[in-house]
Amino acid sequence: MSDSLAVEARGLVKHFTTRKSVTKAVDGIDLSIAEGSVFGLLGPNGAGKTTVVRMLATLLRPDAGTASVLGHDVVHDADAVRSAVGLTGQYASVDEDLTGTENLIMLARLYGFAPAAARRRVQGLLEAFDLADAGSRQVKTYSGGMHRRIDLAASLVLAPRVLFLDEPTTGLDPRSRNQVWDIIRVLVDDGATVLLTTQYLDEADQLADRIAVVDHGRTIAEGTPSELKRSVGEGAVHLRVAEVADRARAAEITERVLGAEVTFDSDPHAIAARVPDDGADAVPGLLPALVAAGISVPEFSLGQPSLDEVFLALTGQPLPPDEEEGAERAPAKPGPRERTEASR
Amino acid sequence: MTTTLRDAIALTDRPSRPSPVSTTLTFGWRALLKIKHVPEQLFDVLVSPIIFTLMFTYLFGGALAGSTQAYIQFLLPGILVQTILFVTIYTGYTLNTDISKGVFDRFRSLPIWRPSPIVGALLGDTVRYTTASVITITLGLLLGFRPDGGFLGVLLGVLLLLVFAFALSWTFIILGLLVRSPNAVMGVSMLVLMPLTFASNVFVDPATMPSGLRAFVEINPVSHLVTAVRGLMAGSPDTGEIVWVLIASVILTAVLGPIAMRIYRTRT
Repeated sequence: MSDSLAVEARGLVKHFTTRKSVTKAVDGIDLSIAEGSVFGLLGPNGAGKTTVVRMLATLLRPDAGTASVLGHDVVHDADAVRSAVGLTGQYASVDEDLTGTENLIMLARLYGFAPAAARRRVQGLLEAFDLADAGSRQVKTYSGGMHRRIDLAASLVLAPRVLFLDEPTTGLDPRSRNQVWDIIRVLVDDGATVLLTTQYLDEADQLADRIAVVDHGRTIAEGTPSELKRSVGEGAVHLRVAEVADRARAAEITERVLGAEVTFDSDPHAIAARVPDDGADAVPGLLPALVAAGISVPEFSLGQPSLDEVFLALTGQPLPPDEEEGAERAPAKPGPRERTEASR
Repeated sequence: MTTTLRDAIALTDRPSRPSPVSTTLTFGWRALLKIKHVPEQLFDVLVSPIIFTLMFTYLFGGALAGSTQAYIQFLLPGILVQTILFVTIYTGYTLNTDISKGVFDRFRSLPIWRPSPIVGALLGDTVRYTTASVITITLGLLLGFRPDGGFLGVLLGVLLLLVFAFALSWTFIILGLLVRSPNAVMGVSMLVLMPLTFASNVFVDPATMPSGLRAFVEINPVSHLVTAVRGLMAGSPDTGEIVWVLIASVILTAVLGPIAMRIYRTRT
């Protein structure tokens, strides 16, 4: 990993103005992504992740701030950025009416490959992405996993040095998700820089060297995956007791053994507890302690903190309820200051 | 998988940036592929001129012009204009479909001459225009259309019509860039084109119309276009109307083209 930056952004701002309100999709985000690294942008729907990527990919002009990719400014030197970047996201799709082969040939031709070279390039990509047999079928007949693989292949036609992957695995089954992860790892091994957005801490943890947690268009935490998780605690214990009457006692024992605060689920059988920083060693003792107290525990699990828990820890607020995919968040009434900013 | 993937992605010879002509032709090729894969999109183009021609010739021909034979000489150039103008809507419709499917953003993220997706799509439209023209004229010939301008006159009439159609498409390109859904593009475009084509001299001579309507018909650009095309096909070209149509086409393109490209570059 070299020290030079593949992606650099300072004070990026993008506000969307509708007749009634201003949505601060991105409200001052800084990014420094080292060449050859994987950077994860983690946040819920509507946090502004997609808007950041669209600005970096030259699809949206920032309202304020600057950004550059491999030293090229995304506004003033947009074509150089476009030549260097591969983009995969739900808004940068392939043509579903065309076949997989036709889509890739079209892109190869648009990147300047001669006809014969385009065919060779595309054949190689289709084979590598396990799509050789599906190449002559219209993309609309593809499964979700195949669709995502052709999207990825499409963004790799020019072997970009920087790759923006916007929620590359959202909606995929676990097997397809693992395939996509494998592909990303190979790309990174070969020296590509990847900016990945995701709603899953697990995914950011698996792939990213650094993670920025974004919410309401702002970065609320940044660090390596282990730094972030440490800020949240070692993980969480979830358990269900057989008898509702035992829950209070189980909670008391859990608090004592782990030294952690217990939260109660809406499920009357369930309790959860965040494992404190130094409490990991105490977890194995919890189950025997509960059994010794005569409490039957049919379910017991120790998991990584979920995005929910990361959020709770970082913001003191639970994740907002799921909203429509996209950059917008329930718009707040704009104050005069916001109006001026948005109209710039 | 790992090694083949690595080999497949590795790129030793990076191609040089393609010319605007090359990228535009590639988008034209795409439009042809779409017609090949979704031939249903030609259905409207094929069926509506047939229905209109048959309906007007046989329903009204006798009453309006004394005989169906006489009427089709008058009607056919008008029907052709109406057909082609309706086909221009598809330019906005397909563009809007690309935007809503996310295909357009991939194109916008490529290092290519910016207007090439739009200009390439216009090239592809030529296929639709040609198909519609051939069908309409063939049907007309079968029903007794005998243009005095001969083959050359008909060809020049169609060419003039296509010049205007391409200029007019910029309206629908702008609409396609601004409106929320492909169906909305259809709806709004129909709303504009319906009165323009019916309140014109496509079907009848405006001489018998009430004065207010006649005034509208006379300034209606569709009427100028129909008169010009009719003249060419009848072998008695009306130079004034032809020049009017050409100037209108230049103005439409010069004004709407840059506006469309500006919206295209800056749309969010």
